[in-house]
Amino acid sequence: MPLKSLLLLAMLMVPIGTVQAEAYASTYQPLPSKTTLITHATILTGTGERLEDASLLIENGKIAFVGEGTTPTGITTIDASGLWLTPGLIDVHSHLGVYASPGVKAHSDGNEMTNPATPNVWAEHSVWPQDPGFARALAGGITSMQVLPGSGNLIGGRGVTLKNIYSNSYQGMKFPNAPYGMKMACGENPKRVYGERKQAPMTRMGNVAAYRAQWIDAQRYIDDWTAYNDKVAKGKDGAKAPKRDLKMETLAGVLKGEIIVHMHCYRADEMLTILDMADEFGYKLGTFHHGVEAYKIADKLAENGVCAALWADWWGFKMEAYDGIQENIALVDRAKGSCAIVHSDSAEGIQRLNQEAAKAMSSGNRSGMDITPQRAIGWITSNAAKSLGIADRTGSLEAGKMADVVIWNGNPFSVYAKASQVFIDGALVYDRDNSNLQPLSDFELGQLQGVSK
Amino acid sequence: MSGFRTLLITALAGFSLAIQADTIMIRGASVHTMDKNGTLENTDVLISNGKIREIGKDLSLPQDDVYVIEAKGKPLTPGLFAGISSIGIEEVSAVEESADSGLALQEMRPEFNVVSAFNPNSSLLPITRIEGFSFTLLGAGAKGSIFGGLGRMVILNGGYESFIGSSVLFINIGRDASALSGGSRAGQWMLLHQAMQEADSPPSSTETALLTRAGRGTLSAFANGGKVVFKVNRASDILETLRFANSYGLNAVISGGTEAWMVAEQLAAAKVPVVLNPLANLPSNFDSLGARQDNAAILDASGVTVIIGGAGSHNARKQRQMAGNAVSYGLPHESGLAALTSNPARVFNAAGQQGSIQRNRSANLVLWSGDPLEVTSAAEVVIIEGRLIPMESRQTKLRDRYLPENPDMPRAYIKP
Repeated sequence: MPLKSLLLLAMLMVPIGTVQAEAYASTYQPLPSKTTLITHATILTGTGERLEDASLLIENGKIAFVGEGTTPTGITTIDASGLWLTPGLIDVHSHLGVYASPGVKAHSDGNEMTNPATPNVWAEHSVWPQDPGFARALAGGITSMQVLPGSGNLIGGRGVTLKNIYSNSYQGMKFPNAPYGMKMACGENPKRVYGERKQAPMTRMGNVAAYRAQWIDAQRYIDDWTAYNDKVAKGKDGAKAPKRDLKMETLAGVLKGEIIVHMHCYRADEMLTILDMADEFGYKLGTFHHGVEAYKIADKLAENGVCAALWADWWGFKMEAYDGIQENIALVDRAKGSCAIVHSDSAEGIQRLNQEAAKAMSSGNRSGMDITPQRAIGWITSNAAKSLGIADRTGSLEAGKMADVVIWNGNPFSVYAKASQVFIDGALVYDRDNSNLQPLSDFELGQLQGVSK
Repeated sequence: MSGFRTLLITALAGFSLAIQADTIMIRGASVHTMDKNGTLENTDVLISNGKIREIGKDLSLPQDDVYVIEAKGKPLTPGLFAGISSIGIEEVSAVEESADSGLALQEMRPEFNVVSAFNPNSSLLPITRIEGFSFTLLGAGAKGSIFGGLGRMVILNGGYESFIGSSVLFINIGRDASALSGGSRAGQWMLLHQAMQEADSPPSSTETALLTRAGRGTLSAFANGGKVVFKVNRASDILETLRFANSYGLNAVISGGTEAWMVAEQLAAAKVPVVLNPLANLPSNFDSLGARQDNAAILDASGVTVIIGGAGSHNARKQRQMAGNAVSYGLPHESGLAALTSNPARVFNAAGQQGSIQRNRSANLVLWSGDPLEVTSAAEVVIIEGRLIPMESRQTKLRDRYLPENPDMPRAYIKP
């Protein structure tokens, strides 16, 4: 076999159940950064620790040390007396870019509701990088986020994890080497969307039957490729490669543990069904999203090592959200080995994720729990990073991690707290006191000429 | 210590017992009167038979059977305003048969009145009031029409007849240009003018009537002094609203008002208040390109009466957080509280019953664990019309069912 063919084959072998590693690759480059020492801060590390009057050094875009360490001379120093430092906040459930502002029909790019299973669509191909919402989220301390497709479908498609940086392309925002997520949805939304069209699924049992059919197809797809690769490996002539199938590639990626499932699911009983389904097909569920009834099965979620990304207080907008309580996050967090996350699903909420965490923390404490800010910060940093498979690089303030850091003007668990400065990979990308360091999307530039602001 | 009980407020703040005290003394609070008396530190408030009897320092107990609450300097405010909502007219938003706030007739029906659908036994009432909210304005939102319909203030005490203030007419202008207005906001004004003229003189038999006889009666009653809430955001639309309201003698209130700061002077001159969501800082549509987080602060500084709204029905409790954010962006703290208490009560003609702490007025009071606008604070005692509200709701009961770890029997047997 000529070398060229071997290379082609090698390339084809990579994508089985996944996608060529280079397809739509990240072109993200950290912005220029300076070696910066932040001193005298109250630091919530994201690993459960709270340090007082402590320092943090940013060097080469990374955290060089937290607490105390060797400091080079002649560097930028920020006196953070009275200020608080946290890891950059991470929202695991955003629709920025796919439901961009202004929310006109032309920007409605989040739900490919033409088929109940669309694992072939990728949210990134809908992301409008000029969404003004990215800048607002940055002012709220958001440094990374997962943008997901909507929940109209059983399988909505791939999500993408972004660094919160303005770029001409989503590739320029794409978190390097972050695993893909796959959005799935339980319950009312898919059965309503398709049931109203008199097609499957019309019921919850129809939902589950349809997921299972997809997994069975994906297993066959993997088998077909495995058989083909075996033949090629044994040098058999005439081996014909199966046709690539974008739907099956995504699903096979889940079954092979390369793509993380993010499952929109409200009711406790449905979440337990989904855990059984994951067992049936041998994949690991990543995170339940919304989980308004997660508190009812907090122990099961922890036992299964599943994260739950939740709201502080939303409830009642549909039947499956009727049992929402304000202690949901705290009760999920209480279980040993839990992974509680505060998510937004909202262009407003993503700007104030710290306030949402504050509400959840104090609701828990009023119920007799003892949740500290150093623990609760994990709900919007380290646990979120774990959910997205990027915890080895961001989500906590530890030496060697990306310098994704927020300086707050006070305790972030307050309605009055504001992010003063935001660093992404060590670069100062937002400064509340310097309008030159406040990004503005193309859409907003030059609007309302003549209005004095 | 004979004859009176001292309530120890626990962290859980659950008075599970129905407390039937007719006379209540709150000792040593930081009393935000929301009237000319301002904030009174270390002050007592005596309540009996539904009313505030005395406000002062070191008040003496009038009788033996007084329920005493030691405030220990914590803030005491009037009961808060839960915004323009569908509390009691919408149980689950997506369950159509439980949601009555909108009329789907696709006709111009200003006479559509949501008050007749109000159900005080809705789970939303306890859920909302234990967070310190004692009144709301029921909003009407007829689908497809620029006329939303009629609503009214209601006290969240669970009464069937707890309505206060005057009837309010809702009109929607702008981007949600409805099918019935030809898809143009110019069409909306054209039809609104036609409707007001019909109200004045019924159309002849050869003209196409926009309104029913009842609709004409409603508009006729609102002309010359009726309270009309215009849901409108864009600055130019707000100015057109002021002109329209002026032509027909309508007592306008702006709701939404994301670009109200751009016409703050005109609003102040016209004495038109604004109900706004202080979190609205995105150009979420072309009517809101000027949305900014200090909208409330700019309006307040210009002399415009600001009211907090926009948290919806189920999460109306978020109103406090919204006011806190407005304060964080420059609104004076006292104005933030006024935007949740005295301002809505005054604007919607319910100042006699709600929105302030005054002698001989109805006792609607909330004792807070801390700053009422802070997200980590909570209501510890809620009194509506002189009654202590049990700090229980369907949600606290669900919480208490699932708080115990590893129960022997299914949780269906735990009935808090």
